[in-house]
Amino acid sequence: MPMTTTPAEPVTPAGPTVPGEPAAVAEPRRRRRAAAGWVLLPAVAVLLVFFFYPLATIVWSSFTEPTVGLANYTALFTDGVSVTVLLRTLRTALIVALVALVVAYPYAYAMTRVSRRTRAVLTVLVLLPFWTSVMARNFAWYLLEQRDGLIDRFFSLFGIDGVVLLGSVTGVTVAMVQVMLPFMVLPLYSNLSSIDLRLMDAATSLGASRPKAFARVYLPLSLPGVVSGFSLVFIVTLGFFVTPALLGTPQQSLVSQVIETRVGDLLDFPGAGAMGSVLLAVTLVVLFAVSRIAKPTAALNQAVDRA
Amino acid sequence: MRPSTAPTSTSHGIRISGVSKVFPGLPRPAVDDVTLDVAPGEFMTFLGPSGSGKTTTLSMIAGFTPLTAGSICVDGEDISRLKPHKRDLGVVFQQYALFPHLTVTKNVAFPLQQRAVPRADVEARVRAALELVGLADFADRLPRQLSGGQQQRVALARAVVYQPRALLMDEPLGALDKKLRDQLRREIARMHRELGMTFLFVTHDQEEALTLSDRIAVFNNGRVEQVGTPNELYERPSTLFVAQFLGESNVFADDGAEVVVVRPERLELHAEPGAVPDGCRHRKAVITDIVYVGNHHRIGLRFADGTEGSVMRLAGTALPAAPGESVVASWSPRHQAAVPRPAATWGV
Repeated sequence: MPMTTTPAEPVTPAGPTVPGEPAAVAEPRRRRRAAAGWVLLPAVAVLLVFFFYPLATIVWSSFTEPTVGLANYTALFTDGVSVTVLLRTLRTALIVALVALVVAYPYAYAMTRVSRRTRAVLTVLVLLPFWTSVMARNFAWYLLEQRDGLIDRFFSLFGIDGVVLLGSVTGVTVAMVQVMLPFMVLPLYSNLSSIDLRLMDAATSLGASRPKAFARVYLPLSLPGVVSGFSLVFIVTLGFFVTPALLGTPQQSLVSQVIETRVGDLLDFPGAGAMGSVLLAVTLVVLFAVSRIAKPTAALNQAVDRA
Repeated sequence: MRPSTAPTSTSHGIRISGVSKVFPGLPRPAVDDVTLDVAPGEFMTFLGPSGSGKTTTLSMIAGFTPLTAGSICVDGEDISRLKPHKRDLGVVFQQYALFPHLTVTKNVAFPLQQRAVPRADVEARVRAALELVGLADFADRLPRQLSGGQQQRVALARAVVYQPRALLMDEPLGALDKKLRDQLRREIARMHRELGMTFLFVTHDQEEALTLSDRIAVFNNGRVEQVGTPNELYERPSTLFVAQFLGESNVFADDGAEVVVVRPERLELHAEPGAVPDGCRHRKAVITDIVYVGNHHRIGLRFADGTEGSVMRLAGTALPAAPGESVVASWSPRHQAAVPRPAATWGV
């Protein structure tokens, strides 16, 4: 008669829980936490004065100037331009994030499979743009994308003339994908490198071909990294200014350009504030949605630690 | 009683012929011309220290590591060039390798889905496999909600649910603590009895090997030193390595190119040479220490030529002498095993 009972075995709890820790342990820990509060004070002060206060002022003025109410916001949705710009910005950010994902996924996967030395080279290649000035990089793209630039001449070789990306949303998108790539590769790599590759061996031993094992095991396990990288790139692209300002065109401007114009040329602070607030709201909605699936900041921290 | 839908299997033999594995950049082959026959339904253990080639051999059978030379056949079919998913073998890993995003049920159902088993059958067979390992009540848990021992039992269920031609296990108990290890070891023995499947088990633990196996292949430096039943290996080791890797042994220099191995429980101690029974061989020794090990005493010896050895005495029997005293150790030639003197070692 075979045994079918379950032998008593301690089950590890699913999450990290510290129920009922002894007072002798809790007390010094509380004191240490209190001390940590003081250390945080300078950073909190800087943030309050130079970030939250101006932010609050902008949001406040968007509701109160020139008159109290939603006038600035109703204007956004009725002036015929702002909604178009917002939608164009969302679409561009979506495309940039998608393309960056498609480029970064195989790259990050390769990083997990190569030797330590090759991985170091690949990491530096990703981080190199981080260490170069954003302006320098965007001017490089300016040279590539202009009339008779490298891209134009390359396509002329195949008889396709007039590929001038400068001054188009396409040109902005192409450059932004490159600029944003580190934000996609690092969280992805962090996630992919935590996937146990023996799971793929296990899947194939159980009868799954490599592609099937990838689809059923590897891909689902990499989703948190995908979500992290995607949302990070999407959010940063939404408000990115340098690339659209330099490579784009006022005729097809993105939100950041419009805000800049309103502040710099029209001195319409409340209008710019309203647009900024809408952008902020979109960002928060995305972050909230993402926080239910993954923790993008945690993933990025982890990635930077590893790199 | 075992449910009628429990995984059962007609048994399959595995033939490993002249298999070698050379990793580029390493001075010697990881596996060096290994030939082995595993009988249908047999429990065969690959035993050896780390780096002896046992795991690499298993990995080549599973298909994760390509062969440098040789062939591997299951029931006469050469599988050495087949991809892992076409080999129809079950594999259990040391670190469980359960899919962390799938529940216990979905983990066990995975191989059945790859084989397009009808949904109704999948349910019944998953249930039977989980009952086999005593985890039917944990079907909806995620792997991380289970203890290590439970996870490994799920892995076992997953590896036999599709009735593979053989079950390969790579140090499956290695990640568990002592108590769970003993418990799971008994369960693996029971599964082997119930399923009648060919089991291939890799371990560096001699106790696991001795208690589980029908036969053991002892690996050393990429080669198989000896294949035999646990009793054969213990009583009749064919090399000094096998004698010393499995259990304790007293090693005496003998004439010519051989040394003689005598197990501690086969030695008798006497006060003087005159007391040695007729026909027995003997050596002078000094008792170095006496250790009480629960059901027996281990008496440490230093022989006249300087080598160390030991004698086992059941607890409750009178101890013949105390540490520091001189004794004569004797044994019957029936209980000695002569093995070749290893080339590099002097004065064993």
